Amino acid sequence: MVPEIGHFALILALALAACQAVLPLLGAHRNDAAMMSVARSAAVGQFFFVAVSFFCLTWAFLQDDFSVLYVANHSQLALPTGYKVSAVWSAHEGSLLMWILILAAWTMAVARFSSDMPEKLVARVIGVLGVLSIGFLLFALLTSNPFERLIPAAVDGADLNPLLQDPGLAIHPPLLYIGYVGFSVAFAFAIAAMIGGDLDQNWARWARPWTVTAWAFLTVGIALGSWWAYYELGWGGWWFWDPVENASFMPWLIGTALIHSLAVTERRGLFKSWTLLLAISAFSLSLLGTFLVRSGIIVSVHAFATDPTRGFFILSFLTVVVVGALVLYAWRAPALDSSAGFRLLSREMFLLLNNVLLVIATTLVLLGTLAPLIVEMLNGGKISVGAPWFEIAFLVPMIPLIFLLGLGMHTAWRQQNKQPWLRLLRLPAIAAVIIGVVLPLLFYGRVSLMLAVGSIAAVWIVISSLIQPIRSWRRKEGAAAITRAALGMCIAHLGMGLFVLGATVVSAFGVESDRSMRVGESVDVSGFQFELRELREVQGPNYTAIEGVVEIRRDGTYVGTVRPQKRQYLVQKSWMTEAGIHPTWNKDLFVALGDQLGDGAWSVRIQYKPMISFLWVAAFVMALGGIVAVSDRRYRRGAAQESAA
Amino acid sequence: MNRYLLPLVAVIVFLPFLVLGLRSDPSKLPSQYIGKAAPEFDLPTLRDNTRNLASADLTGQVSLVNVWATWCVGCRAEHGFLMQLAQQGDIPIYGINWRDNRPDAIQWLAQYGDPYVASGFDEDGRVGIDWGVYGAPETFLLSQEGEVVYRFTGPLSASHWEREFVPRIAELGK
Repeated sequence: MVPEIGHFALILALALAACQAVLPLLGAHRNDAAMMSVARSAAVGQFFFVAVSFFCLTWAFLQDDFSVLYVANHSQLALPTGYKVSAVWSAHEGSLLMWILILAAWTMAVARFSSDMPEKLVARVIGVLGVLSIGFLLFALLTSNPFERLIPAAVDGADLNPLLQDPGLAIHPPLLYIGYVGFSVAFAFAIAAMIGGDLDQNWARWARPWTVTAWAFLTVGIALGSWWAYYELGWGGWWFWDPVENASFMPWLIGTALIHSLAVTERRGLFKSWTLLLAISAFSLSLLGTFLVRSGIIVSVHAFATDPTRGFFILSFLTVVVVGALVLYAWRAPALDSSAGFRLLSREMFLLLNNVLLVIATTLVLLGTLAPLIVEMLNGGKISVGAPWFEIAFLVPMIPLIFLLGLGMHTAWRQQNKQPWLRLLRLPAIAAVIIGVVLPLLFYGRVSLMLAVGSIAAVWIVISSLIQPIRSWRRKEGAAAITRAALGMCIAHLGMGLFVLGATVVSAFGVESDRSMRVGESVDVSGFQFELRELREVQGPNYTAIEGVVEIRRDGTYVGTVRPQKRQYLVQKSWMTEAGIHPTWNKDLFVALGDQLGDGAWSVRIQYKPMISFLWVAAFVMALGGIVAVSDRRYRRGAAQESAA
Repeated sequence: MNRYLLPLVAVIVFLPFLVLGLRSDPSKLPSQYIGKAAPEFDLPTLRDNTRNLASADLTGQVSLVNVWATWCVGCRAEHGFLMQLAQQGDIPIYGINWRDNRPDAIQWLAQYGDPYVASGFDEDGRVGIDWGVYGAPETFLLSQEGEVVYRFTGPLSASHWEREFVPRIAELGK
């Protein structure tokens, strides 16, 4: 019964999404206030029914209703309750339902926080979001119904994929989707503005907080995925340039370009058509990612169960949305660009460079991701573009981007006077070079060219990001109090600096060592002694495990104990590696059990990962910067006139 | 040309690749053994530990090798169809009971019926690894000479059978 209610609620949501799409768009066209006023209530209603549907599916999981095919395939009686909930979005059908729920939630948020916007714009934005909802609801109902029955019901389920039985992965998809789907709001704003044909600076001011919020969630979502890959896959890497990782990373790169381009549009009224194009691209890349992941077109560790009809549906939807948006763009954009100029040394120029470099980086990632596909089409061969290619290609635009970032932050709009600019930045630049070279020598005892480039870049951004907050803090009473928006920018850039630092140090000084160990033996890695004290069997709720107890010492002093496990999940019979990690702020000591080699010996992978925690902390700092910037008063209601003045 | 049309043109040039990619459908994982002899194996049979099922037993006629397990829901989904195929008796089906538990598997066959001429008992999954099994269920079509002709992943159904297997079997019969 409950699954049928869920299915029915989803159909009702589709009906409401149709109202939400058609009436407000038509109303805005005809200038009909009554039709436009449907937008907000339809959005709320659609959210309600999608939420009911989502709840019904969750309920089916909690009740172990194995007469629902999706539940039977992805849950099991002995699965811990928390994972029964996260199993809802562990595979295609349920995660699509979550995608729809998040889209409806964003729409409702737009309906709620848009009272200072013109009615017509609101109606169009919500209407465009309604069109997107229709697409995804049809996708779910026609090809991916999560409520499909299994008759006769299974006695027990097939269990959740053990890889996904992990707290990091339980919250990674929701956060990632909030970011992914959030770009649909920026997209809707762009389409709405183009339909209306007017795009003023207010438009950018309204679109900006939504875009930055989505970007912040996407940042954290990607970081959590990376963190999970690091400790759960048991390899100790943190980014693999896997097609599905790239699918989430491309919208992030374009989204980053978009939030910078929006700043120019808001403050100076420039880059208007470019901003629109980025808003369209960010969401199109989200859709492309969805297509790549769910159509099975590219083989990946992440790929969902594949089905050509699903791929065909998303591809049709993607074509309609992207081609429609770009036709509108080709028609409307020419009228938008203003001819107001800016000088060579100005913030506009730096933001332009930022955009160009980020778009180049995205294009490189896109090419690398799709090259296997395209080559296969052209001559039938199967190639794979590996991490080494990406690592080199990606650095080409990134290194200049990082150095320019520190300069651009301190450059004025329109025109920057050269002398004070040089005076301000001379000292930080010299300091960055010295600290960047000395720091690795001091702590790790060596330095190389690439390492120096990375650490100088990192220190440079960190110092540069701190200049403005420190100055404003030191003259407390001064007129130049820093705005939330500027503070947010500094925090986000500080996060970027921490990230570069972590990535540089861990790739230069990380040590991986595969050893064979017996109980009682000790090995030395990077000055730490790892002793395998015992191996024992451990019983989990739905798995049995062999657990190693490894004591870590440094020159005889006790450092810590880690307990890596090799788990066998009882239903799917698959073996999972649960790494034992001893984390401190400046390094991780990582031990993973490999295979049994016979004679009581085990292969053990030991890793020393200096400053790896910086990577994830950095992502949170970046996201925090975004949130602080969004809280700036000029995005709050009623503050519009003030900031325009 | 209007430069604002460029993005549209780029997307239109790019889309056919995605469409073609969809048609090539990598979910039909190509087996590296297609056109080659199936990897050799020699397993005790499920029902009788003293008897063996080996790759040599599969030659002489066109046959199916179905990788299954009691823990696999997809295997249950395709089981009815396998029973149907076995009753028609056109093609012998050999099973590889993969990473399973012997009493459970015997019980399962007793309960749902046994479509297999014989099932090899691949307790530790070694044979599965040799054959490149990606996940149960998987079905391999073998020629008279014991060469892998086709590999199908996922639960088999009548429509898949008609579309993918019947023409290939007809081809082999010539």
